[in-house]
Formats: sequence, structure tokens, C-alpha cells
Amino acid sequence: MFEQIKHNMETIAGVAIYPILSLLIFFAFFVGLGIWVFYYKKEKIEELSNLPLND
Amino acid sequence: MEMQQFYYDNKIVKKFLYATIVFGVVGMLVGLLLATLFLFPNLTDGISWLSFGRLRPLHTNAVIFAFVGNAMFAGVYYSLQRLLKARMFSDFLSNLNFWGWQLIIVAAAISLPLGYTSSKEYAELEWPIDIAIALIWVVFGINMIGTIIKRRERHLYVAIWFYIATFVTVAVLHIFNSLELPVSALKSYSVYAGVQDALVQWWYGHNAVAFFLTTPFLGLMYYFIPKAANRPVYSYKLSIVHFWSLIFIYIWAGPHHLLYSALPTWAQNLGVVFSIMLIAPSWGGMINGLLTLRGAWDKVRTEPILKFFVVAVTGYGMATLEGPMLSLKKFNAIAHYTDWIIAHVHVGALAWNGFMAFGMIYWLIPRMTKGNLYSVKLANFHFWIGTLGIIMYTLPMYVAGFTQASMWKQFNPNGTLTYGNFLETVTQIMPMYWMRAVGGTLYLIGMLVLVYNIIQTVRANAKVEDELAEAPALVKISAGRIKGEKYHSWLERRPIQLTVFAVVAILIGGIVQIVPTIMVKSNIPTIASVKPYTPLELEGRDIYIREGCVGCHSQSVRPFRSEVERYGPQSKAGEFVYDHPFLWGSKRTGPDLLREGGKYNDSWHFNHLWDPQSISSGSIMPAYKWLFDNKPLDLSLTEKKMQAMKTLGVPYTDAEIANGLKTLRTQAIKIEESLKTDPDFVHSYDNSKKKAEANGEKFVPMNEREIVAVIAYIQRLGTDIKVKDNAKK
Repeated sequence: MFEQIKHNMETIAGVAIYPILSLLIFFAFFVGLGIWVFYYKKEKIEELSNLPLND
Repeated sequence: MEMQQFYYDNKIVKKFLYATIVFGVVGMLVGLLLATLFLFPNLTDGISWLSFGRLRPLHTNAVIFAFVGNAMFAGVYYSLQRLLKARMFSDFLSNLNFWGWQLIIVAAAISLPLGYTSSKEYAELEWPIDIAIALIWVVFGINMIGTIIKRRERHLYVAIWFYIATFVTVAVLHIFNSLELPVSALKSYSVYAGVQDALVQWWYGHNAVAFFLTTPFLGLMYYFIPKAANRPVYSYKLSIVHFWSLIFIYIWAGPHHLLYSALPTWAQNLGVVFSIMLIAPSWGGMINGLLTLRGAWDKVRTEPILKFFVVAVTGYGMATLEGPMLSLKKFNAIAHYTDWIIAHVHVGALAWNGFMAFGMIYWLIPRMTKGNLYSVKLANFHFWIGTLGIIMYTLPMYVAGFTQASMWKQFNPNGTLTYGNFLETVTQIMPMYWMRAVGGTLYLIGMLVLVYNIIQTVRANAKVEDELAEAPALVKISAGRIKGEKYHSWLERRPIQLTVFAVVAILIGGIVQIVPTIMVKSNIPTIASVKPYTPLELEGRDIYIREGCVGCHSQSVRPFRSEVERYGPQSKAGEFVYDHPFLWGSKRTGPDLLREGGKYNDSWHFNHLWDPQSISSGSIMPAYKWLFDNKPLDLSLTEKKMQAMKTLGVPYTDAEIANGLKTLRTQAIKIEESLKTDPDFVHSYDNSKKKAEANGEKFVPMNEREIVAVIAYIQRLGTDIKVKDNAKK
């Protein structure tokens, strides 16, 4: 599978950076997301999740 | 703190709800008619605007944009106001959104049966309607963002994030996929050709499912399930992860619609990988929806609204597990082009979208009319007959898909195809088509029960009026992060920044996939023997597009032994470089036509299009008698069409364009000559000449009629490759 990707991608200059970059983007994205939700205060989450019920 | 009084706009919600119901009935009725046409292909014989090819896009558009679209607007307009404690930004824009959207639907309902179509799935509408859609969509966006700006609730509940992502992503998708060059008021050509057109189309098509049928309804799920169950969402943290990962990943998955096609393999593989990854956020969302009912399951026993929601969310879970599975090449090799896909999309449409909409309607109408639902019993009946309908619809389609795919791939010990005649694989699954029609009927009956129940409810209860509410004004605080404020808390009260992040999240996938395919030349190797269409073939191709042939016939041979044996050499990217738009199709109700050229003679096609059953007994293809009408093929745009193609990069010379009509006539006369070798043709041709004379009509020679152009196009299909093969020999 990756041979195929490499083969087709060889025409792009400096292509080696792409897999590294994409891994980094994904890693950073999900780690960031994890940290984001981890650091929520319990009261805040409670307040937010009750928003639909308060009208 | 000063309390402010204001009114929620309920009337706009009511309008959208009524439109949802009306177009739900219409969309399902057209669907049922199509299911019936599988059983009686010539039920609407001779009526061009009621033919299968033209009605299929009407069905999909009516269900997606009219039924689900209006339900989405109704739910968004109701929940947004309450979540933000503010009336919609502008009544004028709300009404413009409503009436503009209905006008677009009416325009679609007229133009699609008349054959005005771009042929790109779920983007069939022609360019003036595309522009109207963009404008009305922006109206919706301004109205939503305006409401967000004048809100009285600082934090944006997660449902609103889904609405924002819906707005921006659909705008981006719609604009880029609809880039087309107009040749007349109702005809245009996609600016992309072949493989690139296919990639952009399915980037759009897949994400129309993602961002029109899924994200707004997830927002509605996060609002209406807590409301109906009267308890907060199971995990708000999970909903945050759900949102960001879903919009980030979804946008990449489009190429799974093009597996084993001529699309570069790296793009196909990227689509597969991301499709598999999609299971995680989708199921996270499903679990979050279902677990919201924790401790309230007893209510599900008695409350039809919750029943609808439970089946809807379960349907979402089933469809979003099945989708990634279908993206695996091994599964896709079996399921693609078969009724399996029809089953898959109907789990999504009937269960997820349909049942969410029904639950919402049953919840909203009594509340807004300040009374009870006319009959809970009938709502329960709707639930059960609807559920049964879904099962009766989808199960036979799964069986049909699997059966047909297996037959397509079956070989005899001597190496020949066991079912070399495509028709055998169709007649085998006819009982399934019958059962499907029954399932669809059950679902429609449920819908009609809803109509009755709602009419009675509205009649018995109070008129829908705007609802008084009060909330303190929002105190202005710093635009920047205040001391001690966490970054995410800040982001959740900054709608613009949130929107920008959402746009970035969805653009990454689009850019990575589409830009290289369009920019890197080596992705589309050119083939020297592939030449542009002749003027007559070009006109024939436009008729092929008009009649929606692509709805049942693919033009893409996959690299399987069974397909190469049945149809001919596999598709190559370079074959489609002049195809504006591409016509690969996504369903084979009939055989693939990529290599159809030269397979049969002109007379065969002539007779087949006049009366398919006379050539292939038991065929479910409808007749196309209007192509034979005593009317000349419209040539007023031929030159302009060639000119437009030239602008798009098709290498027509000026001389070729200037001589276009002459070339066209020569080719047409040649086809008429070849038809005349059939004595039956000569006989009936003479008869019709006499008949025209007797009626005092002007007789149009066969070479000037539409059918000849269609034959020219079909006979051209795939022949460029054969030229090369012959030269090699």
C-alpha cells in the first residue's frame, strides 16, 4: 500500500517531509484535543451540558 | 442584572416543519415510483419527464435537500434561539431563507424531470440554481452568525459548533464542486475533467453526507435527545472530542467512492485510511447519544419520541460502521455498484435522518401549539411500521447486492463467466426489488400517519405563536482571555475564532487530496490515442446526461478478472481527460458501458432504445421513445459547446469548431445509412414518412433526430483504447 503512495508521490519535490508532517499534525491534533478536554473543570462541564435544559 | 424580554420566533420553525412534512411525502412518493419502475420498467412509457433516469436525481434531491434540509433548518431555528437566548438575528433573513429554499426546491422539481442536470450526484442542479443555493446558504449563515453575535448566553453549546461547521463546510463544498462553465441559461460543463472531476465530485458527495445529513443532525441530537429525555448529554467532554475529530477526519474520506477506479492509488488509500478512522468519532457520538438515555430507558417504553430517537441513533451507528467497512477494498469490491450501497444509504436516510426528523416533529408540534399530540397510539404505530419498513427495505437490498456481486464474479471451470449475460444477474434479484417496494410502502404509510396525526394535533391545539422569554443581557467582557480563563473556555465564547478553527480543520484534508491530483501531472498519464468527441458524439453525450443514463450505467471498469472478461480492459486515467463532466456512475442496474462502443451495431442500439424488452426479454431498462420523435436534434448550441470545451482545455481547433455542424451531419448520415441495412428499419421508416405526410407534418429524416446522436456517443465509448490495441497488433 505504501509503495503505491510513494510511487505516485515521487514526482513532488521534498516529498519525504509529508508523512512526517502529517503524523505530527495528527499527533498534535489529538493530543491537543485530549489536553483540552482533560483540563475542563467539572462545574464548567456541568454548566455547559445543562445549557439545553435551561430554556 | 437587568432582565430583557424577547420573543422566540416559532412561526419560522413551524414553516420549516410543514415544508419538511410536505417534501417528505413528495420525496418518498417519488422514491416509491422509482422502486415500482424496477418492477414495471415501462409504467411511464413515453413520458420523458417521468422516466427513471430523470426521476432518480429528483428523489435523491427531494429527500436530501427538501425533506432533510427543511428538517435541519426547523431544528436549527428552534434550538439556536433557545441555546443563545435570543430571537433570530433578522426575521427578514429567516423568511428569505425559508422562501428562497422552497423556491430552489421547486426549481429543482421542475428542472430535473425536464432533463436539466449536471449529472454530478447530489449536485445535479444547473448553474443558475447553484448560484441561488449559494446565496440562500449565505443568508442562513448570516442569520445564524448574527444571532450568535447578539446572544444572551456566553457559551456556545456543542450543538451550535455542529451548525457552524455545517454552514462553512457546505459552502466550501458546494462552491468548489459547482465550478462550471455555462453554455446557455440551463446548460453548463464542469470545469474539471475525468479523474479530477470524479475526485472533486466525491469529495463533495461524501461530505454532503457528512456535513448536510450528519453534522447538523448531530447538533440536533445533542439538543433534542437531552430535551426529550430531560437530562443532560452523557458526556460533554466526549461531545467536544466527537466534534473536532469528526470534522477533521470526515473531509478526507471521499475517495472511498472511487476505489478500483482510475483515481491515483495514493488518493484511494488515503480515503480508505481515513474512512476506517471515522469509526472512532462516529461511534463516540452514537454512544454519547444513546447513553444520554441512561436511567431513562423506562421512558423509552412509553414515549414514541424517544423510540424514534433511539432507532435513529442506532441507525447512525450501523451506517457509520458499515461505511468504513465498505471502504475496505475487499468489501468494496463486492458491494460497489450493487444494491448493497442502496441499502447502506437507506439505513442512513430512513433511520438516522428520517427518524430524527419524525421524533423532532412529534416533540415540537405539540409544544409549539401548547397542547398534546392528537394520538400517541398513532405515533407508536408510525414508529413500528416505519421500523418494519426500514428492515423490509434494507434486508432485501443487502441480499440483492451480495447475490448480484457474487454472480458478476462467478466463473465456469473453463474460465468463462457463468453469468455472461448481465440480465441473468438482474432477473435473479427481482423478488428482492418487490420486497423493497413493499418496505418502502410501509415506511411511506408511516409518514402518512404522521401527516394525519399532525394535522389533527394542529387543528385541536392553539395557533403557533412567538414565545415570550426573558434573560439577562450579556455583560461585555474582554475579547482576550481574562485572568484565570482557560483557553478552551475563551474559544467557546469566541464564535469567529471557533469558525476559523473549524474551517482550518476541514480545509487540511481537502487541500492535501485535491491539490496534488489537479497539480501533479504524473497523476493523470496521457494516452496519445484518446481524442476529443466529435460534435455529434458531444451532443449525444449531452442527451446521455439529460436522460440520467449514469444513474444505472457506470463507465468504469475495475481491474478484476471478472470485469475485464465481461466489459474489456480496465479504466485508465488518461481516457477521461476530455470528459467534462466525468460519467463513471455509482450504480450498475444495467451493465457498464465504458467499452460499449462497437460491441453491437447501430441497429441493435436503435431497436434497443426503442424497445429494450424486444432485444433482451425481461430487461428492466425503460424505452426511450422520445429520442425517436419526429423532431430535429437541437443544434443551436453545438458550436458554443465546442467553444466552451476548448476554453476548458479540450484541443478543438478553430477549423473543427467552424466545421462542427458539417462534420456532425456527415457522421449522422453515415449512421442513418448503417441503420438502413436493416430491412425492418427501412420498412417502418417508410411507414412513418407516409404517416407524417398524411398528418401534414414535416418529416424529419432520421439523421437529424436525437437517437442518432445517442448512438454515435455509445458507439464511441471506449474505442480510443481499442484503436491503440489494434495498432499494436
